[in-house]
Amino acid sequence: MAAGERTWQRPSVFGRREIKWGVYAAVVAFFAWSALGIGADPSRIVRGLGRGVTLLGDFFPPDATPRQAQRIVDKMIESVAMAMVATVTGIALSVPIAFMAAENLSPTPLYYLNRGFISISRAFNAIIVAILVVKAVGLGPLAGIVTITFKTVGFFSKLLAEDIEDIDGGSVDAVRAAGASPLQTLLYGVVPQIVPRFAGLSVYRWDINIRTSTVVGIVGAGGIGSVLLTAFNRYDYQYVSAILLAIVLVVLVAEGVSAVVRRRYQ
Amino acid sequence: MSGETRSWERFDRRRRLGRSIGWLVALVVFVGSWQFLDMDLVAAETVPREVNDLLTRMYPPDVAYAGDIVAPLIETLHIAALGTAGALVLAVPVALLAAENTTPNRATYWLGKVIVTVSRSVNTIIWALVFVVVFGSGPLAGAVAIAFRSVGFLGKLLGEEIEEIDFGQVEAVRAAGASPVQTLLYGILPQVKPALVGLSVYRWDINVRDSTILGFVGAGGIGVQLFRAVNAFAWGSVATILLVILGVVIASEVISAYARGLVR
Repeated sequence: MAAGERTWQRPSVFGRREIKWGVYAAVVAFFAWSALGIGADPSRIVRGLGRGVTLLGDFFPPDATPRQAQRIVDKMIESVAMAMVATVTGIALSVPIAFMAAENLSPTPLYYLNRGFISISRAFNAIIVAILVVKAVGLGPLAGIVTITFKTVGFFSKLLAEDIEDIDGGSVDAVRAAGASPLQTLLYGVVPQIVPRFAGLSVYRWDINIRTSTVVGIVGAGGIGSVLLTAFNRYDYQYVSAILLAIVLVVLVAEGVSAVVRRRYQ
Repeated sequence: MSGETRSWERFDRRRRLGRSIGWLVALVVFVGSWQFLDMDLVAAETVPREVNDLLTRMYPPDVAYAGDIVAPLIETLHIAALGTAGALVLAVPVALLAAENTTPNRATYWLGKVIVTVSRSVNTIIWALVFVVVFGSGPLAGAVAIAFRSVGFLGKLLGEEIEEIDFGQVEAVRAAGASPVQTLLYGILPQVKPALVGLSVYRWDINVRDSTILGFVGAGGIGVQLFRAVNAFAWGSVATILLVILGVVIASEVISAYARGLVR
């Protein structure tokens, strides 16, 4: 090759190629460590695949006796009812928290307090919250409602607070300049600006809540999850697949409704 | 008042009616659901007291217990990392199937959509129940469950990214005589690479949260310890575990946000 010839190399985020390969090597090494750590040796995976095929055979066709089918329907309605109640209570609690967690409206200490609460609510998975709530209020749908409400508050107030922070300050000033009291400023300056997002977010969260309400039963917080766990423990796999089918259907319907409503509003 | 006075109304009559009906339906559904669940209000009244009781028992956290949860915590991180890596490997073909411009035909397109939908509608913990049967209890089942749950998420969002690429570049690479694999590597991959990295890191962050619960159904991780401590009413230990989970989740969120900032 001629000495004057130059080759082109793609630019990289890492700046230097040595750093890039170093990062890649570190990531690969970490994955190798992980694989060792959880005992993912190939023979186990192959054996598992064999058992997976057997299990798939046991799953099909989905089947339930009339009594079991009735139980699926009853518990599914319980799940959906839990999601409905928890969406309403969760959103009702979220609104004040969102206002207190908006940087442009809230005093600093209050802001940090509410942001902290939101972080905690978001950090813990619904199942963990459900376990603690079941210990506190006992088994049953009430535990599910409290859990889902708690999770809703974290999600909803975070997004709503971000919307409140993004509002146009001009219209707030205009309302205040017209002589409105603080409450009136809030009602006529802030609220109209966030209502469309509010509706969309509510429906979105309702959809997520339906999903959550189908699993919290696994730890005893009401709904279809308890039936699923029992069926699994009895190795009644055709019943399991019938329940799974029911869950997938309900989740899909909720997602469809939520998508349609959100498209109409936004 | 004279007839001349006009008043301003924000909505016309039809929209007002629609809104009232909307509120009414929401109220009926709420009350109906509450009635259906058949919970007595007495139970609801004891909730704050019980929660308060739980919180006082949790304080102070059992610091001495922290040493025992280092290993399960690392296992949790392993599960999240491997689950994400596995999901990524599986998600690339799924995304290519589920994207309208790269899928070979209608049937494969719908296959892609079905995989995405099923994966997303089934919660991690249900996937874990299934894979505990397949692989036996332990972290391997957890990692596979995480992977199967994440495939739908990554496949869907990556598929949407692929649908938005500039197809001229793909055709140029193909016209230069590239094989299908080369077309993928030089025509499609460079265009979706930032999204690929960003989405994977984002999903990893979600997976760290999800992998903390796998232990409840025997799929490894810190959930095993948490479940044991809750059942033993060792509330001090529970508090320690919760604090550690909180720390790890917030740390992974920060890392994920930073990494996504880099590739954007």
